[in-house]
Amino acid sequence: MQGSIEGTAVDRVGQQYQTDSAAAHEEHPDHRIFGIIVFLVAESMIFLGLFVAYLTFRAVYPSWPPEGTPERELLLPGINTILLVSSSFVIHQADTAIKNNNVAKFRAWFAATGLMGAIFLVGQLYEYFHLEFGLKTNLYASTFYVLTGFHGLHVLFGLILILAVLWRSRSQNHYSSQHHFGIEAAELYWHFVDVVWVILFVLLYLL
Amino acid sequence: MTNAEMPIVANPPAAKQHGHAHKERRWQDYFTFNTDHKVIGIQYLVTSFIFYLIGGVMADVMRTELATPASDLVPPEMYNNLLTLHGTIMIFMWIVPAGAGLGNYLIPLMIGARDMAFPKLNALAFWMIPIGGVMLVGSLLIEAPQAGWTSYPPLSLVSGKVGEGIWIFSLLILGTSSILGAINFLTTILKMRVPSMGLNDMPVFCWSMLSTSALILLSTPVLAGALILLAFDLLVGTAFFNPLGGGDPIVYQHMFWFYSHPAVYIMILPLFGAISDIIPVHSRKPLFGYRAVAYSSVAIAFLGLIVWAHHMFTSGTPAWLRMFFMITTMVIAVPTGIKIFSWLGTMWGGKISLNSAMLFAMGFVGMFVIGGISGVMVASVPFDIHVHDTYFIVAHLHYVLFGGSVFGIFAAIYHWFPKMTGRMMNEPLGQIHFVLTLIGMNLTFMPMHKLGLMGMNRRIAMYDPRFTSLNQMATVGAYILAVSTFPFLINAIWSWWKGKPAADNPWNALTLEWMTTSPPAIENFEVLPVITHGPYDYGVDPEHDNRENEPPLTSPELQPDSSPLS
Repeated sequence: MQGSIEGTAVDRVGQQYQTDSAAAHEEHPDHRIFGIIVFLVAESMIFLGLFVAYLTFRAVYPSWPPEGTPERELLLPGINTILLVSSSFVIHQADTAIKNNNVAKFRAWFAATGLMGAIFLVGQLYEYFHLEFGLKTNLYASTFYVLTGFHGLHVLFGLILILAVLWRSRSQNHYSSQHHFGIEAAELYWHFVDVVWVILFVLLYLL
Repeated sequence: MTNAEMPIVANPPAAKQHGHAHKERRWQDYFTFNTDHKVIGIQYLVTSFIFYLIGGVMADVMRTELATPASDLVPPEMYNNLLTLHGTIMIFMWIVPAGAGLGNYLIPLMIGARDMAFPKLNALAFWMIPIGGVMLVGSLLIEAPQAGWTSYPPLSLVSGKVGEGIWIFSLLILGTSSILGAINFLTTILKMRVPSMGLNDMPVFCWSMLSTSALILLSTPVLAGALILLAFDLLVGTAFFNPLGGGDPIVYQHMFWFYSHPAVYIMILPLFGAISDIIPVHSRKPLFGYRAVAYSSVAIAFLGLIVWAHHMFTSGTPAWLRMFFMITTMVIAVPTGIKIFSWLGTMWGGKISLNSAMLFAMGFVGMFVIGGISGVMVASVPFDIHVHDTYFIVAHLHYVLFGGSVFGIFAAIYHWFPKMTGRMMNEPLGQIHFVLTLIGMNLTFMPMHKLGLMGMNRRIAMYDPRFTSLNQMATVGAYILAVSTFPFLINAIWSWWKGKPAADNPWNALTLEWMTTSPPAIENFEVLPVITHGPYDYGVDPEHDNRENEPPLTSPELQPDSSPLS
C-alpha cells in the first residue's frame, strides 16, 4: 500500500464518511438567497451601465437638458418616490410577520406592498401620457423614457413576484417562520427596485 | 487495493435514499430538458462543437475568397455576413459555451457537490444557446448581420435592419444565458463545497471558473445595456449612438468593450484553470505554486475589468487616458506570466507522458505565449496605432483564442473524456489531430503578423496583389485546420461508442472528480468525500514509483500531515 495512488487517495478523502447524504445537503447554508443577491448584482450592472451612459451623454452634450425640453413636473414623481420608498418598509414588516409565524399579518403587509407598487406604475403611466415630449424628441427624452421604462418593467416583475407569493400562500399555505425563502427573495428584489428608483429620480428629475 | 475496491467510489445505496435509484442514464436525456449537471455539461460541449464546425466552414470560405486578391468567390455583402457570423459564432457559440460546458461537468464533481446550486436554471441557461445560435445561423436565410462582430454604430444602424436586429436579439439571449450560468457557478463554488473543503483546497479549475463567473456577472450586463440602447436606435429611431441625432457612438464602444475585453478572459480563464489541472497529472508532479496560480486568476479577472479602452486607442481617447489603459493592460502580463512559469515549473523535471491531452496542453502554453507577447506589443499605444485594424490584430487574437482557448478545450476533452464517457480515446488519432492542428494554426496565423505589419487591413474581401503569397499560405493553413478536425471527430464518436473502457482514474490524478466512477453516477458520489489535504498531490503508479530516494515533491504547506507517500 505504501506509496500507491490508492492509499494516497483514501488518505486524502479520509476515512470518515457521511452515511446520510440528506444530512450532507443540510450542511449547506441556504444558497438560494445568495443566488438572489448575485442575480441582483448582475441587474445592478445593467443599470450602472445605463446610468454611466446617461451621464456621458449629458457631459458630452452642449447643454442639458437639451434646449426645448419642457420643464419636468416634480409633484407626481415626488409622490411616487415617497410611495416606493415607504413600500420598502411595508414589505419588511411582512418579513418580520412571517418570521413570527403570523401568516395573516404577512399577507396583509404583502398585499399593501403590491398595492403601493401598482399605484406607482399607474402614476408612471399617467406621467408618460401627460409629458410634453416623446421618445424621439431629443437625447434627454430618449434616455428618460428608456431608463424609467426599464425600471417600470422591473416594478412590474416585482408585482408579479408579490402576487405569485401571495397566491402560493393562499392556495398552498406555503410559508411559515421556518420556510420563507420566496418572501425574502421578493423582499430583496423589491428593495433593489426601490434603490434603483431613488438613483433614477435624482439623476433624471433633480440634477 | 485496486481502484475497484476503493470504498469511496460506487453508487447505489445513497442514490436510493433520494429516490433516484431507478434512474439510469439514457441517450434521450441528452436531447431533453435535463437538470443533471453532467448531462448539461455534455450538451454544452457537443452543441458548441457543432457551432465550431459551422464557424470553421465560414472561416474557410473567407480564406478561399482571400486566396486571390480579387473579390471573386462570394459577393462582398456575403463576405461581410460571413465575417460577422464567424466572429460572433466562434466567441459566443463556441469558446464561451465550451468553457461553461467544462465548468458544468467538472465543478460539482471537483467540489464534492451532487449538482449545481440551481439545476433548473442551469438547464434553462443551456437551452438558450441553441436558440440564440439557430437565430444567428438562420439569419443567413433571411438577412444576415454584416457590421462585424463589434457592430459599431453608426455602421450597424445603416447596414440592414433585419440582420442587425437578429444579431442584437440573439446576443441578448446568449448574454442572458451566460449570466444565468455565472450566477449558478458563483453560488455553487462558494456555497456547495463539501464542508471539509476550504477555498484554498479547491482545484485551480474551480478558482478560474470563480473568476470567470465574477467577470461575466460584472461585464455582460453592461453589454446588455448597450444592446438595448442599440436596439432602440435601430428599431425605434432614437439617437443614443447616432451622431445625426446628437448621440455619441463612442459611448457604445465603451460599453461594448467593457464587456468584450473581459470576454477575452472569460474565454481564456477556464482553460488556464483546466491546463493547470492537466499539466501536473501528465507530468507526475504537483502544480508549482498552487496559491499563486489560484490568486493570479482573480488578479487577471480584476485587471481585465479596467483595461477595456485599449481597444479604443484610435477612437480619439485623450492621451492621459491612453496612458492609464496602456499601463494596466501591460500589467496583466504579470499574473499571466505567473501561470506560465508555474506550468513550466511543473513540467520541469517531471515524468512527462506525451499523450494527446498533454500535447495539447503544451501546445496551449507555446501558442498562448506567442499571442501574449503580441498582446503586450499592441498594448503599447504607438505600436497599436500603427497596426490598428490590420492583420496583425487578427494574428494576435487568433493566437490567443485559437492557440490558447481552442487548444485548451481540446486538451481538456482528451483529459476528461474517460471520466465523461467511461471510455478511452484513441491515442494515435489524437496525436495526428494535434500535429495537424499545430501546423495548420501556425501556417494560418503566423503570416498574418507580417501581413499586418505590411499594412493589410482586416475585414476586407479584396486586397493589394503584393499580399498574395502570404495570404495563400494562410489559406493552405486554414485547409489543414479543416482537415485536422476529422481525426478528432472520428476519434470522439468512435471512442464514445466502442472505445476501450476506462478505469475510474486512468491518469492517476488526485482531484475529486477522479474519485468516483467513470462515468459518474447520477448523484456523483455515494458518500460525500471528506477533504483532509490540499487540492494537489500527484498520483504515482505503484509499479513505476522509484522516488524513494528522492526528496518529497509535495509542498509541506499543502500537506499539513506527514506525507501519505512516505
